[in-house]
Amino acid sequence: MERPLTEHIKSDGTWLTLKEYEKTGGYQGLKKALEMTPEEVLQEVKDSNLRGRGGGGFPTGLKWSFVPTGEDNTETKYIICNADEMEPGTFKDRLLLETNPHQVIEGMIISAYTVQANISFIFLRWAYHRAAKALEKALQEAYDAGYLGKNIMKKGLDLEMQLHSSVGRYICGEETALLNALEGERAVPRSKPPFPQVSGLFGKPTIVNNVETFANIPHIIHKGAQWFNDLSSSEKGGGTKLYGASGRVKNPGIWELPLGVTLREILEEHANGMMEGLEFRGCLPGGGSTDFMTKEHLDVKMDFEGPEEIGSRLGTGTIIVLDDKTCPVGLVLSLEKFFAQESCGWCTPCREGLPWVEKILRALEDGRGIEKHLEILSFQTRFMAPGNTYCALAPGAMEPLQSALKYFKEDFEAHIHNKKCSYKN
Amino acid sequence: MATIYIDDKEYEVEEGKNLLEVCLSLGLDLEYFCWHPAMDSVGACRQCGVINYKDENDTEGKLVMACMQKVTDGMRVSIEAPWAKEFRAGIIEALMINHPHDCPVCDEGGECHLQDMTIMTGHNYRRFDFNKLTLRDQYLGPFIDHEMNRCIQCYRCVRFYNDYADGVDLSVRHIASSVYFGRTQDGTLENEFSGNLVEVCPTGVFTDKTLAKHYTRKWDLTSVPSICHGCSLGCNILVSERYGSIRRILDRYNEDVNGYFLCDRGRFGYEYTNSDYRVLYPFKKTGGKQEQIDKAEALEEIKKTINSSKHTIGIGSPRASLESNYMLQRLVGKENFYAGISEKEGKLVERVKTILRDGKIKTPSMGEAEHYDTVFIIGEDLTNTAPRLALSLRQASKVAPNKKAGAKDIPDWDNVHVRKVVQRERGPFYVATTHQTKLNGIATDNIYAAPDDIARLSYAVAHEINNNLPVVEGLSKQLQKSAKAIARSLQEAEKPLIVSGTSLYSESVIDAAASLAYAMYGKNEKTGLIYTVPEVNSMGLAMLTDNYLNEACQESPELLITLENDLFRQVDCEKVTKLFENSNKSVVLESLHNATTREHDYVLPAGSFAESTGTVVSNEGRAQRFYQTFKPDNEMQSSWAWIAEIEEKGENYHFDDVVADLIEAYPDLKLVKETAPDADYRKGTQKIPRQSHRFSGRTAINTEKEVSEKKPPEDPDSPMSYTMEGFHGRTPSALTARNWAPRWNSVQAINKQQIEVGGALHDGNPGKRLLNANGSLENINSEHIPEAFKPQERKSLALPMHYIYGSEELSAKSPAVAERIPESCFILNPEDATDKDIAEGDQVEIDFNDNKIRLKVEFNETLAKGIIGVPKGFEETAGCEFPFWTEINSKT
Repeated sequence: MERPLTEHIKSDGTWLTLKEYEKTGGYQGLKKALEMTPEEVLQEVKDSNLRGRGGGGFPTGLKWSFVPTGEDNTETKYIICNADEMEPGTFKDRLLLETNPHQVIEGMIISAYTVQANISFIFLRWAYHRAAKALEKALQEAYDAGYLGKNIMKKGLDLEMQLHSSVGRYICGEETALLNALEGERAVPRSKPPFPQVSGLFGKPTIVNNVETFANIPHIIHKGAQWFNDLSSSEKGGGTKLYGASGRVKNPGIWELPLGVTLREILEEHANGMMEGLEFRGCLPGGGSTDFMTKEHLDVKMDFEGPEEIGSRLGTGTIIVLDDKTCPVGLVLSLEKFFAQESCGWCTPCREGLPWVEKILRALEDGRGIEKHLEILSFQTRFMAPGNTYCALAPGAMEPLQSALKYFKEDFEAHIHNKKCSYKN
Repeated sequence: MATIYIDDKEYEVEEGKNLLEVCLSLGLDLEYFCWHPAMDSVGACRQCGVINYKDENDTEGKLVMACMQKVTDGMRVSIEAPWAKEFRAGIIEALMINHPHDCPVCDEGGECHLQDMTIMTGHNYRRFDFNKLTLRDQYLGPFIDHEMNRCIQCYRCVRFYNDYADGVDLSVRHIASSVYFGRTQDGTLENEFSGNLVEVCPTGVFTDKTLAKHYTRKWDLTSVPSICHGCSLGCNILVSERYGSIRRILDRYNEDVNGYFLCDRGRFGYEYTNSDYRVLYPFKKTGGKQEQIDKAEALEEIKKTINSSKHTIGIGSPRASLESNYMLQRLVGKENFYAGISEKEGKLVERVKTILRDGKIKTPSMGEAEHYDTVFIIGEDLTNTAPRLALSLRQASKVAPNKKAGAKDIPDWDNVHVRKVVQRERGPFYVATTHQTKLNGIATDNIYAAPDDIARLSYAVAHEINNNLPVVEGLSKQLQKSAKAIARSLQEAEKPLIVSGTSLYSESVIDAAASLAYAMYGKNEKTGLIYTVPEVNSMGLAMLTDNYLNEACQESPELLITLENDLFRQVDCEKVTKLFENSNKSVVLESLHNATTREHDYVLPAGSFAESTGTVVSNEGRAQRFYQTFKPDNEMQSSWAWIAEIEEKGENYHFDDVVADLIEAYPDLKLVKETAPDADYRKGTQKIPRQSHRFSGRTAINTEKEVSEKKPPEDPDSPMSYTMEGFHGRTPSALTARNWAPRWNSVQAINKQQIEVGGALHDGNPGKRLLNANGSLENINSEHIPEAFKPQERKSLALPMHYIYGSEELSAKSPAVAERIPESCFILNPEDATDKDIAEGDQVEIDFNDNKIRLKVEFNETLAKGIIGVPKGFEETAGCEFPFWTEINSKT
């Protein structure tokens, strides 16, 4: 089984230097890309069926194709790597950045060539100090080797790349809030349309892609779209995917697997099942803002369609596992507390709705819950549904809540009837 | 045009607008908060959710925000769909979570948009059963009260203050549910347009502090449409009174003039009307002391004096109405009537009037000025001389950059993305002034020079545009470079605008601006030219006379009659003193006791703008009507009414008769009659009430004295009643006394008075243009290009420094404005000061004729050298006739 993104990770915990990366075939993709036309590169990416790894699953080639290109277009364009990984339970980008930063940088350069951008930023989560060090070092190496700067590989491409460490706000992972933050404005999302590809950073055409998405690009160009498609065991979407598992499983961790493996395979073969004495009750398949999947969903294929068909989302593919000794209300409370705290405060449903949800869940946990609270919670899940708010933060925050209300209703009711959380001693 | 379906009803609407705007223009009620017609859409509050259907077979639809939804042909939406209604009620419920529900004691009470929207959505029972969040309020200065707990986070305040008015000291802080709108710390909001927060805020976070000082419930106010008397722009205002005192000023929407916004001088400068210095009764000087006398007695004596006087002169006023000035002129005879302003000022205004009347260049209204894409300001510190225009030009500075957003198919109402594409880009916008002004912050290029050099620059620009025009000899390299750049921008513009005015007291500047406008007109007929003049009715006064106070001071009349004018502020005090000495008897009509009233034998109480009815002519030549707010229980009345009594015109001679006589004497002014409906106008059979239909306690007001209801006073001068009786629907725009429509009690009700929201009023925008550039003036004499300014060794050129708070006589006497008046000081370029061995903070003395003026020195590096800036209109500098040369004496 090929694991292009992770197979070269060194066992000593240090990241691949430029030399080491080049030895693994690094920058061959870029070299090849620069010999192709931007249109050919774009077609290859389209053909690869690479879909955005940040959680949205939008076809990467299609996204790039919205950037106005051509000779009449003299606007500055930007490439931005969204490395603000703050989704609860998610730590896949961190792995890629800390172990093989050049892979991401190379992907960004190829993307810049494709859309003819000359300026790029890596927007990094503030807490990723190790990744910051790795990137700083790697950027220096790339500049020194002529992979960045003027006239890259003597093929006429100019690209500046800067590392920007964020100040630590979940909303900065939302691509348009990220753009505002990068501009030095409040990190508040923007409405869509227009999309960043048309009016992004400083109102200029901008591509924002996730770390893992960029990391795939060099391999696609180097080895071809067909090869990439063959990696996947999904019909709709090529490549491998980084899957993770956290919670009380025997072997929490992160694994690069063909896109579309089943939930059961990840949890049973790679996470080695539940810890002794615990039973699997459900999981959030792709970070804190996805709907619960339960036992009956274990054979769902973890590609972009599978979880969606049963009302959830692949999200980031990093699974948070709920066992039978952990209170689902408490788990949701802990998530909602985070989301309420991280609301940017711009639009009403999110700013006012999330703290209310948090307060109700807290009341339930403390034994102060009443029947009416469940009605309000259910209303809030509709109130903060997609489209009702400015961005996906609040709708995402509603996903664990609405599915918990569906699958674990008896737990919520028990909190009210028993006037306490029975999971606590 | 597009055909759209709203709740299955078909409408023809303009394609491309946003759906909220379209719904409101159609007269439909749809709740909103963050959207504002002048500030467009950002989609933050989510209050205007409606259901959008794909086609007629789609029964489910999708919730969208109307303000962010572009109207397209065939669009199907529902405002009334159950989920849309439930969602909108849900938004209110969410917004109300932390709202203190202090409506009974809230200053916004009675005209709260939040309250209206709450009722409109039908939300009433509170489900939130946890504690509310509490925030700390800030001290924001003398104009505005702050109560953050009422905030519903619509972001309108910062969008107005920062994005629209370019303020810097209000911002949004913190995140999530504790978002806070305020300053970094307690302190005065510095922006000159901060008062608009009171109206922009949909609830009671920012409220009028001057109203709070003598608070009354909004529905108990007696209100009239009026005109701000704070500068020459003639902003439309609503003036409100209760129990004989003026309680507040609100913006009165006029698309052509001030739109939705006023400056703080205009909004808060009314308080002098409640001053202890008001003249309430006739006074007579006996034995050097002025004592109150009976009205009949005073009139009798004055009439006798007039009849016996062989030589009576009258001095008019640029802050009195056309009608009052005209009546005085008629009383004393045309040749004996003088404009109560210096000859210098008079000639400047006369010149502006001629250019506006006979020139070729269109003078856009302030509203139109916002749509010009390239601006060149010649010599005016607009933020201080004509503040509201500065705000309009700030919007004009965004016109050219905004076109970039259009190129990306971003609709002009999508404020989120328009701002992103534009970023901080402004202009082309050029400012040539004697020193740095607030507008310089948005300028493409700033030129600081003496008035003559500013004129020379303008002539040089004109020459660049039309090489047949004379060359400006000896222009510095720097100015040549600027001239070329300005000429290029003006010629590239779609709609170039040239703005100048009288505030530097320079004919050269005025002529140069006109010359340039003419040169531009040859290239682009869309060129606009705006001049500002000193006072609210400077232009009106110029239409009546070209005799000035300097000549009057040479006279030795048997009787001197002064109209609403502190003459000591207008010309050298010596001259005025001499005039009083040489006048046998004197009468003054004035609203406030001042230095001039003290010199007169008789003082008659004239109503201020709040207690008078009249017409004033703004800088653009727009005649506009203001009305008496209430019937005072003292002897104050319009000055023209006093003169009518002196003339013994009898009980049936009213305002309309004065206007009829005025336009007979001055046919050029015939449109004055049409500025507002006559007094016999009725809506059906009804008058227009000054009081709202919710006015409470009319019969209870005097119950401690008597239980019977007094007969309300009659107003023979207007079609308005002093009571709540009358027509409460849509009134003629010149008579609209309040913002109100069924279900809409806040200022947002103005939507219902407009044909399309943000556009013209249903009955047309009030005011009539008297000056319309008839084109008879073929050329502006551009032969008189002044010599370059040469600083003198021993003397400096004294020029006026204008201050929004302090330079205008009456507003400066309003306590809140008075708090904002800076310490009066001379402004010097530090290099000049060093040459003269003067340090910042030193007291120095200058002389104007024989008057010595002693003030502290403040440095300003941008002030052109050889000049000393002297505060205009301050007590210490009253009567200075600018410009004048003076020595600066630093010795004690």
